[in-house]
Amino acid sequence: MTARRLSYGGRIDRYRTITVEFDGRSFAAHPGDSLASALLAGGQTIFARSFKYHRPRGLMAAGVEEPNALVHLRDGARHEPNAQATMVEVFDGLKATPQNAWPSLRFDIGAVNGMLSRFFGAGFYYKTFIGPFKGTGFWMFCEKFIRSAAGMGQATTLGDPDHYEKINAFCDVLVVGAGPAGIAAALAAGRKGENVILVEQDHSVGGALLSAVPGGVSDVWLKKAESELRDISNVRILTRTTAFGAYDTEVFGLVERSQDHVKAPEVGKPRQRYWLVRSKRAILATGAIERPLVFAGNDVPGVMLASAVRKYLNRYAVLPGDRVLVATNNDSAYVAAIDLAKAGAKVMLCDLRQKGPKSLFARARAAGIDLKLGHGIVKAEGGKNVRGARLIAVDAKGKASGKEISVSCDLIATSGGWAPALHLWSQRFGKPEYHSNLDAFLPPAERGAFTCVGSLVGATSAAESAMQGHTAGGSVGKLDPLPEEDDFWGRGLLPTTVITRANGTTPGKAFVDFQHDVKLADIDQAHMEGYVSVEHLKRYTTLGMAADQGKTSNLNALTRMASLRGVDVPNVGATTFRPPYTPVTIGAIVGNDHGLHFQPTRLSTIHDWHMENGAETIEAGAWLRPWYYPAKGETLRDSYIREAAHVREHVGIVDVSTLGKIAVQGPDAAEFLNRVYTNGFKTLPVGRLRYGVMLREDGFVLDDGATARLGENDYFMSTTTANAAKVLAGAELLLQAAWRDLKVHVTTVTDQWAAIAIAGPKSRAVLADLTGADLSKEALPNNHFTNVVVDAVPCRLHRMSYSGELAYEIYIPAKSGLKVWEALIKAGVPYKLKPYGTEAMGALRIEKGHVAGSEIEGRTTMKDLGLEGFASSKKAFIGSVLRRRPLLEDPDRPSLVGLEIVGDVGAKAGSLLFAMNVPKKGHGEGWVSSATYSPALKKNIALALLSRGPQRFGETIEVVDFVGNQTLQARVVLHHFFDPEGHRQNG
Amino acid sequence: MLRIHCPVCGWRDETEFTYGADATVRRPDVNNVDPKVWLDYVFMRDNPRGPHKEYWHHVTGCRQWVVVERDTLTHEISGSYLAREVVG
Amino acid sequence: MSHYSALSILRHGLSGNKHWSRAWRDPAPKPSYDVIVVGGGGHGLATAYYLAKEHGIRNVAVLEKGYLGGGNTGRNTTIVRSNYMMPGNTMFYERSMQLWENLSQDLNYNVMISQRGQYNLCHSPAQMDAARRRGNIMRANGIDAELFDRAEVMRRIPYLDYSPNARFPIHGAIFQSRAGTARHDAVAWGFARGADKHGVDLIQQCEVTDYIWDKGKIVGVETTQGPIRAKKVALAVAGHTGHLAKKAGLRLPIETHVLQAFVTEPLKPLVDSVISFGAAHFYISQSDKGGLVLGGDLDGFNSYAQRGGLPIIEYTLHSAKALMPSLSRLRLLRHWAGVMDMSMDGSPIIAKMPVEGLWLNGGWCYGGFKATPASGYCFAWTIAKGEPHPDNAEFTLERFERGYQIDEKGVGPQPNAH
Repeated sequence: MTARRLSYGGRIDRYRTITVEFDGRSFAAHPGDSLASALLAGGQTIFARSFKYHRPRGLMAAGVEEPNALVHLRDGARHEPNAQATMVEVFDGLKATPQNAWPSLRFDIGAVNGMLSRFFGAGFYYKTFIGPFKGTGFWMFCEKFIRSAAGMGQATTLGDPDHYEKINAFCDVLVVGAGPAGIAAALAAGRKGENVILVEQDHSVGGALLSAVPGGVSDVWLKKAESELRDISNVRILTRTTAFGAYDTEVFGLVERSQDHVKAPEVGKPRQRYWLVRSKRAILATGAIERPLVFAGNDVPGVMLASAVRKYLNRYAVLPGDRVLVATNNDSAYVAAIDLAKAGAKVMLCDLRQKGPKSLFARARAAGIDLKLGHGIVKAEGGKNVRGARLIAVDAKGKASGKEISVSCDLIATSGGWAPALHLWSQRFGKPEYHSNLDAFLPPAERGAFTCVGSLVGATSAAESAMQGHTAGGSVGKLDPLPEEDDFWGRGLLPTTVITRANGTTPGKAFVDFQHDVKLADIDQAHMEGYVSVEHLKRYTTLGMAADQGKTSNLNALTRMASLRGVDVPNVGATTFRPPYTPVTIGAIVGNDHGLHFQPTRLSTIHDWHMENGAETIEAGAWLRPWYYPAKGETLRDSYIREAAHVREHVGIVDVSTLGKIAVQGPDAAEFLNRVYTNGFKTLPVGRLRYGVMLREDGFVLDDGATARLGENDYFMSTTTANAAKVLAGAELLLQAAWRDLKVHVTTVTDQWAAIAIAGPKSRAVLADLTGADLSKEALPNNHFTNVVVDAVPCRLHRMSYSGELAYEIYIPAKSGLKVWEALIKAGVPYKLKPYGTEAMGALRIEKGHVAGSEIEGRTTMKDLGLEGFASSKKAFIGSVLRRRPLLEDPDRPSLVGLEIVGDVGAKAGSLLFAMNVPKKGHGEGWVSSATYSPALKKNIALALLSRGPQRFGETIEVVDFVGNQTLQARVVLHHFFDPEGHRQNG
Repeated sequence: MLRIHCPVCGWRDETEFTYGADATVRRPDVNNVDPKVWLDYVFMRDNPRGPHKEYWHHVTGCRQWVVVERDTLTHEISGSYLAREVVG
Repeated sequence: MSHYSALSILRHGLSGNKHWSRAWRDPAPKPSYDVIVVGGGGHGLATAYYLAKEHGIRNVAVLEKGYLGGGNTGRNTTIVRSNYMMPGNTMFYERSMQLWENLSQDLNYNVMISQRGQYNLCHSPAQMDAARRRGNIMRANGIDAELFDRAEVMRRIPYLDYSPNARFPIHGAIFQSRAGTARHDAVAWGFARGADKHGVDLIQQCEVTDYIWDKGKIVGVETTQGPIRAKKVALAVAGHTGHLAKKAGLRLPIETHVLQAFVTEPLKPLVDSVISFGAAHFYISQSDKGGLVLGGDLDGFNSYAQRGGLPIIEYTLHSAKALMPSLSRLRLLRHWAGVMDMSMDGSPIIAKMPVEGLWLNGGWCYGGFKATPASGYCFAWTIAKGEPHPDNAEFTLERFERGYQIDEKGVGPQPNAH
């Protein structure tokens, strides 16, 4: 291969020369070049080493279908593996390096695999490394080497310095592909006034027209059409953009590589944009991808697709070879051959067909092309470069006979027909239809909201493509004519892509899937072993599973399998296309939703105070809550013990704004609550609160919390932080679907109210000072509430206790949460009031024996949790029937108890419980659900669920933490450790 | 991503909704005490391959439960209406 | 049929790989069998294999409507583990793990079981407590488990996000070193070849359209290849269980949901273990070919479409970058989907049905692949002996009536939450 840049032509900016680097070598390039064209122009022949056999590989294609030329792009944190050189636009200072080659691209040790290839056939992994030994050790030993040999590019472990953005878009028509069909469609629809998005993966519109000799009629057409398109305000043209996926209800995923063609994105600009497009309809004009021919040595650098050769020549002004052998089974390669000849190459064209269009033959001969009809290439000669080829005569059915003829050449351009790029259509609708005359799968022109036009549906020329697009777009305005060519690939195509010797063998390796090194022999072997359906074939040989997803290989493999089996292609099956069409950058889809923005963070209105006052925070679902407020040098344990003890001795406040709060209103609110809670709510007087328990429909405990009756038909329900959303959604479903007769409205008011719990013996005094209200035991007994004013902020004060202390919860309009918090801090100074965090709150509730999320863990019943007293026997409630299922009433079920740990070391939640002196095996008799050091009791305590627990008070059991390597003893006690009679909270 | 028509808010993205369950499963009368009836309601499903009536909750929109008629094989949506307007 | 070994590779290689025999026969169906297994996925093939191997029941057909292993066996993220804590689950999955550990030798087919270890990350003290409980139950049942703190996780998998920029900081992880991955297709093919070797007929492109009844009893099936009679009909058709159960007059505690999987472009070794995020439903591993295999949550609505949507793609990739920021510049190569039997408690059913002549294996939720060997082993036992093996004794249909929900997550009867 002796490629060189021509001194004329091309669609490149010759006035500017930039430098790109590959494999340590510098190459001159022009804007408009791809990395592939620039390297090719500079004489680079080997671009990469193949996946399995490490064979030297050159360019095969010039677009997204390129299977060989994958490179490392950029370096440092912007390093990127597996970039297709054909799709990388050049920029000054571009740096690329080879991948999957060691020590170098030219001399790769891995190539030894190629010599042993006969032992690495299809499925060889499955048949060996089994080893004579038991277990997985032998395979895992071998696997280490296999893993490091496999893979392609090397990934960085550095964080990505670039940013990305997501755009939500809506349109009437999404047109995918800006070749003649897509452009005509967008023009017509745009003229009609529809909102159009026209998507093109290239940096320029034009599609196949850009591969034509510059300065022709189609350039005039293109220029005019593009300029009109750009003037229509309701048409948006997205170049450098790939429509990667077609999803249900006409939703499409697009990625725009907006700043990948520069060295680093301009400041403030995203590297890529993810467009989520909702369209009313779609026009697919995605074109077709040329199929390579399969023959021995068809992967030697210098064997390329005919369309790619033409594109390098006409678009990039690179003549890839001087002595060119063109091989084809259809008409389309003729234009490439003619263009090459006109550019000065010596061209021989061998057509597998005996017969063909006379006009094309005449044009070819007139261009000086040596035409060899009824011949195919049986072998490409050469190692790191094409040196020649051996031709063989082929009959009308594609069968070879006679003697091989040697020819000398430095470039082979092949065409085995075309495969329509029906990926998007197939992602959405599944199996396309096989058209035997075209030897191709085609989508129907219309289905649902999809219209397919152009080469995708086998249009015979650019002119016909444009006409189809024009019609699909709505036929508005005049369609300028494009010249009618006579090189349609489908006319008289000979459906033969595999060329073997007369005896059916290939004189060397013939590749079907270049990127995964799947050879013809591998397909034959899969057939022999019974892996004959398309999915078995793919999976057994790995065909089509590489990063190019078989764009150039699937159809060739299918037709080979069909011929081996003696059936039609559709009987082998059609490949299912999976999104994305081409690989999509993960960061693009993520957009800004990463790091701290991975998920939203909910903060209480008092949050800033916590931060300013040194709180350590903890995630509680989406919320961030103060965990503890460490004094200097304190650990978590030091802090919570101090905070909890302070509450018991003085008074503390904790931010409980995260509690779920639901307004339940309407004349049937009481009836509703009565059905939702296990305990009765009909008798709750206005001004009172009641603790309630809710079950799931299956009878297990869902949630608990207090509900206040604010007025005759007005209730204020609180839920746990974790279950707020679930409880509300469930209530809405019941009211809207099942209990439509109930006149009740439920609304979340979680965000409307800040809430602070005030606990400790001095809590009453602090609040009385602050509000001036009479908060005596008589005026405000436990489970009552009253309205108070704090610093002109109207608040509601609930008297209720979670800690077992004399305690209150104050509900404050959210915007005044901080103000009231600060007022409490100030009013609390004389009483030594301190804030406490969730860890101390947990310690206090464990001391009191209140259950929380670690006990209400989705598998526990009311009885398990000692809450049976809250189950009314007089009424039905959610779960009231199914909670009576036999195993839910099993007396042996683990039930809630307290544990007093023997010794100075605390138990860990998650430890298992066993009776003394039994083998520590199986699932144990229960587990520790919550554990803490109790400052009030001055000992380590825990809540636990223990089989027949309440019958075992006084028994000593073993608490085993296998993973923490700790075995303790504990005495089983009532779970109300602290003030079981409730003197404090009721006092 | 499905586009779902909310009778209150119009066409919206699937992500504004959460999926509920089979909308043909009716909650038994509150006072029914037959465990068999409740077992059926809570656990048993027809799980059809084809047309399916199902609840979607417009949770970040109007908070209405919407019954959507959707084909479980093709994902095509043929209709939607408010759960509260279901007759019977 | 040839025995596979390095030697056979060498011998065949030297003779031009022209004499390999079929991995399994391609027989026409006989008029009747002792047992018909409906479904030629991993579970159905394993069932047939163990029926023949363990119980000497060789007059067996596996009927597959498409091609062997074409359902979820060939669509999953290939993770195997035995970290289940509910009584009823724990020892079943551990049996599976023990079968996995010698499966390649047993089948003479390399299923590439690779015990690379699995980390389940914890992002809060509560998650650490839950992990400790799980780990303790595993250890008390003789299953390996270790609990690591943040520092140890950092030392072992340094490329995750430990920066202050992480929305959900990593507090620690529970680790099972025997967990790992297997080559999913090879599992189906290995069991197929093994079953075939024992005389089982594997019949592809044979869809069951109905049952043959005799006096209220199922005595065979109608298929696209004609009627086939059998003493026992056993369903192993994950994703389509409801459909075939309905024809037998059964309603099941199962919904069919779609689950997606994802793979990146192939890379040189980067992620050595299986890592599960604790702050979202997300996990990652790397295949031997080099692709990073990502798994996420269900799309969430009933579906038989084997096709997923963008919300879960976004969710999964968000999780990927949140866990491992350097994944940002890598590219997603392909995403696909399978349809799952999501049961009401997240656990499977392997049992004789109330309809005479019918056995059911289904309701696997996400757990099907790792269960494959034990599922086949226990289902075969149940079919052969007419009573369950102790390891699948709780996987009954009646458990919901009795109140024995095997709910690993504690989320209740909501299929899309398991």
